[in-house]
Amino acid sequence: MSPILFWIFVAVMLFFGGMVVLNRSPVGSALSLVVSFLALAALYVSLDAYFIGVIQILVYAGAVMVLFLFIIMLLDLRAESRRRVNFPAVCGGFVVIILFIKVLSEVCYSFEGGNAKFPPISQGPQGDVWHVGMILFQQYNVPLQVVGTLILVASIGVVILSKRVLK
Amino acid sequence: MAYTISRPKLNFAEKVYLPAIITGLGITIRHFINIVTGKTKVTMQYPEEKWDKKLPPYYRGAPTLVKDEYGRERCVACQLCEFICPPRAITIHAGEIPEKDRWRKVEKFPKEFEIDMIRCIYCGLCEEVCPEQAIFLRKDYAITGLTRQEMVHNKEKLYELGGVMTGLVYKWNDKK
Amino acid sequence: MIITIVVSLAKAIGLIFLIILPMVSYTVYAERRVSAMIQDRIGPNRVGIPLTLFGFPKDIPFYGLVQPIADAVKLLLKEDFTPAHVNKLYYWLAPACAMAPSMMALAVIPFGSQLWGEPMVVANVDVGVLWVFAVSSLGVYGIVLAGWSSNSKYPFLGGIRSSSQMISYELSLALSVIPIFMVCGTLNLPDIVKYQIDHGWLISPIWIKGISLFPPGINFQEIWRSIDILKIILWIPLFISFIVFVISMFAETNRLPFDLPEAETELVGGYHTEYSSMKFALFFLGEYAAMIAGAAVIVTLFFGAWHVPFLPTTLHNPYTVWGVLLGLIHITAFFVKVALLLFFFIWVRWTLPRFRYDQLMRLGWYFFIEIALVNVFIVAIILPFVPK
Ligand code: SF4
Ligand code: SF4
Repeated sequence: MSPILFWIFVAVMLFFGGMVVLNRSPVGSALSLVVSFLALAALYVSLDAYFIGVIQILVYAGAVMVLFLFIIMLLDLRAESRRRVNFPAVCGGFVVIILFIKVLSEVCYSFEGGNAKFPPISQGPQGDVWHVGMILFQQYNVPLQVVGTLILVASIGVVILSKRVLK
Repeated sequence: MAYTISRPKLNFAEKVYLPAIITGLGITIRHFINIVTGKTKVTMQYPEEKWDKKLPPYYRGAPTLVKDEYGRERCVACQLCEFICPPRAITIHAGEIPEKDRWRKVEKFPKEFEIDMIRCIYCGLCEEVCPEQAIFLRKDYAITGLTRQEMVHNKEKLYELGGVMTGLVYKWNDKK
Repeated sequence: MIITIVVSLAKAIGLIFLIILPMVSYTVYAERRVSAMIQDRIGPNRVGIPLTLFGFPKDIPFYGLVQPIADAVKLLLKEDFTPAHVNKLYYWLAPACAMAPSMMALAVIPFGSQLWGEPMVVANVDVGVLWVFAVSSLGVYGIVLAGWSSNSKYPFLGGIRSSSQMISYELSLALSVIPIFMVCGTLNLPDIVKYQIDHGWLISPIWIKGISLFPPGINFQEIWRSIDILKIILWIPLFISFIVFVISMFAETNRLPFDLPEAETELVGGYHTEYSSMKFALFFLGEYAAMIAGAAVIVTLFFGAWHVPFLPTTLHNPYTVWGVLLGLIHITAFFVKVALLLFFFIWVRWTLPRFRYDQLMRLGWYFFIEIALVNVFIVAIILPFVPK
């Protein structure tokens, strides 16, 4: 992907990321987050990581954020707009941001793998889905099984709980 | 008193929905095929097929004024139809028949006679009430126009539509 | 680089403007005609070429095939009314969000084999099916936004209903196609089509490979080899996933047994109650575009996409007249299959009554998701025994 597109998507992502915080209406925040996710997915795709990119859209933009919106729509939005800006909290937020950027930059520069070039994935005979599958099921097979079982148990639990409430 | 209606026990086929759905699909596709093959009779296709020939004699189309076989105006401007008309579609301006006229004894004639066909509901009360049998509902049903003015039938138009009626009861004729 | 961009653009524009958009408007026409015929009526059969406008004595009725154009003109010329109480920005944004996702989903669908050696798929990406799900899951935003920004109760109820309905049925939609990936071993849609050409459409249990019309001939040995009892057993779970997929697709596209978000009898017009003119038309057409995208996915996954049985799939030289003709036949075959499925969609709509909302939810969560999950396990058990 050309660097122009990279910068465009980065700009879109950061702008809408900022809008999540700055937007006064919760629905606006949620939708900004969706756009930010979409731009992030585009960045993933630019790294030839189609799978992650699509999953990003599918799970975050398509499912999680829809649920968020769903809940926000049911809330009383006027309560939010009545709130005043809390200055100490805002200042605290900025301090946290600055500290976070500092830590991030230090980690990035001291992390040696960060500067290394990696061979492009798309050149291989198999797509990235195949790579992800291979790594998941060979290197991380046991953790994957454990997580899978946990999620299965959790979802069965949810079904049973909701059934009991219905009766 | 509150009571519970016992639900019918469904067997397996009914619980899965699918057999019932397939039966339903069968019914609808049969209707579809029947109409494609021309087996189903559908409504008359209006401008191509018209039911003019099959109109019954008592059909209530547009109200019109008629003349008798001597070409005389039957209407005597009694204004009964104007009074009875439920939507007040009829407007009559009566005139006096001059002294020397042969039909002086009739006294009045309609100078203007207008029926607003936008208002008319084709109820036929005007025909029923008219003592001179001067107003009749004919078989014209396609009364259309592009302006409101066009939809108001004046006297000429009414006579043009109505034409001549013969063989009617002359209730008042011997008095004339 | 430039050439590939131009070719992709040509494919995308050709697909959307020459095929999909006319198809959308004619699906609306078909919906009206078929519904009329199912109800023993005739339907719109009059709008034709208006020769009387140019002084001829008679119009050409043309079976009403010009009706969609008349509808479009009508919708364009109507007053575009924005109620005072709406949230303007999102009110304007929502119709755009309604139409775009289904168009984007079509990008990965292989709608033909080749034309002049160029594969007929706009984007041949490895994540094919996932892309379809990801993009079509964005379709719910248009509806939710419309419902919320209209700031009135019926659209709001419609928006709420559709968001929960679409989330619920996305699960069974995604789960029900997992057996296909397991059988084909890929997510890439053109590869799935290739698998179906070699091993038979996923919907048909028996595949007779040895017969060909062009060149004519029967190869008994190959017929014998292609019949396999395990494959027939494998067909059962695939058929189950077909049924679950199709039903979930009905729910995803808000089609009639599951059209709760716009149930006219309960919600006036549902989420697009407050819309008029072209904004309403975008919702209306977006729904049909989603239907076409859904049908295209079903055709690709289960009906062998563009494959015509007994015809060769490729020629040695795609640049000859025959090669181009074959490519055109394949594209036609794809859209004929889509059209048949659309007819099925319409047919179902005018047959079945609407579900109640709790029934819909129960069906999705307690029934289809379980079936789809069990189905995955069944395929996993059978699959190791099936010879490749
Ligand atoms: S038919 Fe009825 S409505 Fe029409 S002019 Fe006569 S009385 Fe009036
Ligand atoms: S009731 Fe008969 S006679 Fe009297 S005004 Fe009407 S049309 Fe004329």
